[in-house]
Amino acid sequence: MTDNHFTIEIDGKEVRAEPGQMLIEVTDETGHYVPRFCYHHKLTVAANCRMCLVEVEKAAKPLPACATPVMNGMKVHTRSQLALEAQKSVMEFLLINHPLDCPICDQGGECELQDLAMGYGRDVSRYQEKKRVVNDKNIGPLVRTDMTRCIHCTRCVRFGEEIAGLRELGATGRGEFMEIGTYIEKSMTSELSGNVIDLCPVGALTSKPFRYSARTWEMTQRGGIAAHDAVGSNIHFHVKGDRVKRVVPAENEAINEIWLSDRDRFSYEGLYSDARLTTPMLKDNGSWREVDWETAFDFVKDKLGAIIAGRGADKIGALVSPSATSEELYLAQKFMRGLGSNNIDHRLRQTDFSDQDVAPAYPGLGLSIPEIEQLNSALIVGGFPRKDQPIINHRLRKAVLAGAGVMVVNPIDFDFNYDLTHKCIASSAKLGNELAAILKVAAGRTGKDAGSRQLRARVRPGKRHKDIADALIRADRSAVFIGSLAASHPQLSLLRYLSGTLAEYTDSSFGYSGDGANSAGAWLVGAVPHRMPGAGNIRAGGLNVDDMLRNRMAGYLLLNAEPEFDFFDGKLARDAISAADCVVSITGYRTKAAEDYADVLLPMALYAENEGSYLNIEGRQQSFTAVVSPLGEARPAWKILRVLANKFELPGFNHAEIGDIQKELPDAVEDNQSGNMGAWQAPEAIETGDDALYRIGYIPMNSVDAMVRHAPALQQTVDVADGAAHINSAMATRLGVAGQESIEVAGQDAGVKLPLNIDDSVADDCVLIHGAHINTGKLGPLIGVVSITRA
Amino acid sequence: MQKIKDYFQSLLLWELLKGLRLTGRYLFKRKITVQYPEEKTPQSYRFRGLHALRRYPNGEERCIACKLCEAVCPAVAITIESEERDDGTRRTTRYDIDLTKCIFCGFCEESCPVDSIVETRIYEYHGEKRGDLLMTKQKLLEVGDMAEDQIAEDRAREAMYR
Repeated sequence: MTDNHFTIEIDGKEVRAEPGQMLIEVTDETGHYVPRFCYHHKLTVAANCRMCLVEVEKAAKPLPACATPVMNGMKVHTRSQLALEAQKSVMEFLLINHPLDCPICDQGGECELQDLAMGYGRDVSRYQEKKRVVNDKNIGPLVRTDMTRCIHCTRCVRFGEEIAGLRELGATGRGEFMEIGTYIEKSMTSELSGNVIDLCPVGALTSKPFRYSARTWEMTQRGGIAAHDAVGSNIHFHVKGDRVKRVVPAENEAINEIWLSDRDRFSYEGLYSDARLTTPMLKDNGSWREVDWETAFDFVKDKLGAIIAGRGADKIGALVSPSATSEELYLAQKFMRGLGSNNIDHRLRQTDFSDQDVAPAYPGLGLSIPEIEQLNSALIVGGFPRKDQPIINHRLRKAVLAGAGVMVVNPIDFDFNYDLTHKCIASSAKLGNELAAILKVAAGRTGKDAGSRQLRARVRPGKRHKDIADALIRADRSAVFIGSLAASHPQLSLLRYLSGTLAEYTDSSFGYSGDGANSAGAWLVGAVPHRMPGAGNIRAGGLNVDDMLRNRMAGYLLLNAEPEFDFFDGKLARDAISAADCVVSITGYRTKAAEDYADVLLPMALYAENEGSYLNIEGRQQSFTAVVSPLGEARPAWKILRVLANKFELPGFNHAEIGDIQKELPDAVEDNQSGNMGAWQAPEAIETGDDALYRIGYIPMNSVDAMVRHAPALQQTVDVADGAAHINSAMATRLGVAGQESIEVAGQDAGVKLPLNIDDSVADDCVLIHGAHINTGKLGPLIGVVSITRA
Repeated sequence: MQKIKDYFQSLLLWELLKGLRLTGRYLFKRKITVQYPEEKTPQSYRFRGLHALRRYPNGEERCIACKLCEAVCPAVAITIESEERDDGTRRTTRYDIDLTKCIFCGFCEESCPVDSIVETRIYEYHGEKRGDLLMTKQKLLEVGDMAEDQIAEDRAREAMYR
């Protein structure tokens, strides 16, 4: 042993190894392949398949390479006769009960058992007895089981315990009777459940939506970026005949490692929804007809041109999706500003814009994604990263497993897949009080007091506030995150100020978990009314989304946004947009609602059909190209916007390809660390939260954007908007609705009858009514006062 | 000496007579001309002619859409699309063989794990339009239904060599 290294010999070659490494890690590094089924470098060692048996000199028997720690001077033979015989015998045992139904198995062609059987299997089976048959389990709409094929490697079981944090799959029975399944018949609810499909070395767990639709060798693999959260997971599209057949994760240790959330894995189904819009359409005296692009563009030119000429360009507003690419958003703002209007906004689910002028160049995470693992302490304000950004939550969970404490301030006691050290569950109206109390403790403990005294005067910190503040102060590396619920909060600026100041006092990093796939990019390229591309403030900025809806524009340009689902106030958005003279919707889908409010529907290329780039929440620019051609007459939105601008004869729109736009985009990198901290205005005073009943319009992960809402398999999961009213049992009793099937919920100016669901995770004075649901749209704001009566 | 021998042989048309001897022998031999189509040559049971998709005796189609034939086909003549049928089994929705591409190598039959795609002894077929030689799943199943007895008999004879 020299300087803490072991020297071992593998197949006659001397190699260096770290003490504590397992043999298989060393052989993987040096390129000596040892066959394996149960070993996986991201999971713990189980050593139950025995396929990796190797010969170690002076050992009496072959040893499993995955569970044998290296020792100095060890001499290992991975391909000696003893080792090969051992491996071949194990293979024979594994094949005894395997059905060998490769021709109908979806794993065929990418199956580890199939591959290794080529090298280690016998030509003819000696086993003449009856094979075991195991009943298939229904474990939900995403993962299909064929349990007879299972070889009991337990990778899926370990994945559940170690990565997903839910013990959903387990082994029951022993020996011949061992079976993998959910303990009681139920669906998997993990937001990462699709990863067991990749982990399963055989075809026991396969993708349900993909089932039997293609074989692995027919598909070509092309890279892409996931488009449903701000993480920007790297993915591979598997394409056959110009159709995306499935999506699998691409390995990127800096972002998603080897994992992928179910939303990103199965959303591709939305591309082939029956509701896809494939030709430009326009409304003629109330009836829709399909037209060619030229006619559609001329129509838009006439209608919008008339509004500009008659009532001014500032009567037009653009509402763009935060999941659009930077190029699309850039062209959209350039188009609008070219027309003479600054009315463009992507913050569709936000309602408090009072501090937007001092905002940083773009909201960032405050640290890189891998750095989350290093945190000792983290505070999440108004958010549920487990479902909203599963990859970020996975990193947080890793930090928790390493000893970190995660704390929340939330109106709903969300079901995290790790233990929260402290939590403040309070009504939406009182989140500010809770934060102020924590801040008061932090200020007292650290002696820092930068102008926020008036905010904290009235709050009286309790034990939990002290604990949270102490945990943040004590931690070497700590962070405060603003989640998606806080981003929709009517007092966002207050929450932001309190969280930012708390982060400053406790020496924590401060960041956002982001909204949509590209909210960071949207800020940077100027898809906000008060900023030019590159984050320069405009003196007379345009209207934000809220003002655009309240002031009733004469014309709206919608980019991949559905008013009834994608806005903070669905009712306001729907009413304002329906009342406009001209609504141009660049969209992927033809929906009933769109036929009602829009005047022109322009079909845009979605996701795999599109090209462009996203700026993820840590400020990483990732570009991607189209992997399939757009369905029907659909075109990438940047081309639509470009031609639209040409129609209006605006200067500077002669981009021939996506690269020409990218050259104009502001550089993201230099501003990356531009403090999220301390930039926010101090509000005058904190309004003490009232005791009114607040609706919490949380949006479940599989309802967030139009594409996932059109993906059938995802819509069958539990993570979709359910259109029910959830209140805790104490509230139900207080309001006199306990035991009722359904209740009457009244918003500002409309009521709706909703099924009642008693859910004790909801805070007092709150009712959880999911946003982005067809029945709850009438209620108005995602977070706002409602009243409940018996139906 | 050799020169004299060559001279007489050419003078007496020896070479010609030698050739005519062969002609003469065939003149009196049994004739092997086959009067097609009234007469036909005997066929091997391994003859590789028109393709067919077979069924099980209960009428269920054999093909399970494993696509091995499609993968092995050297002429890329086979196109298959598959789906999960309502009863949960893996089935083709489309099974096309383009006979204008096919080279009748028989690899598809060899690769088939369920003896579904076979080459029959049928070679008398034609197409008048290009599309006529595109065998669809329906056509292939019909050929199979028509020739099943012969196909089954031939496979039985072949069985001991496989």
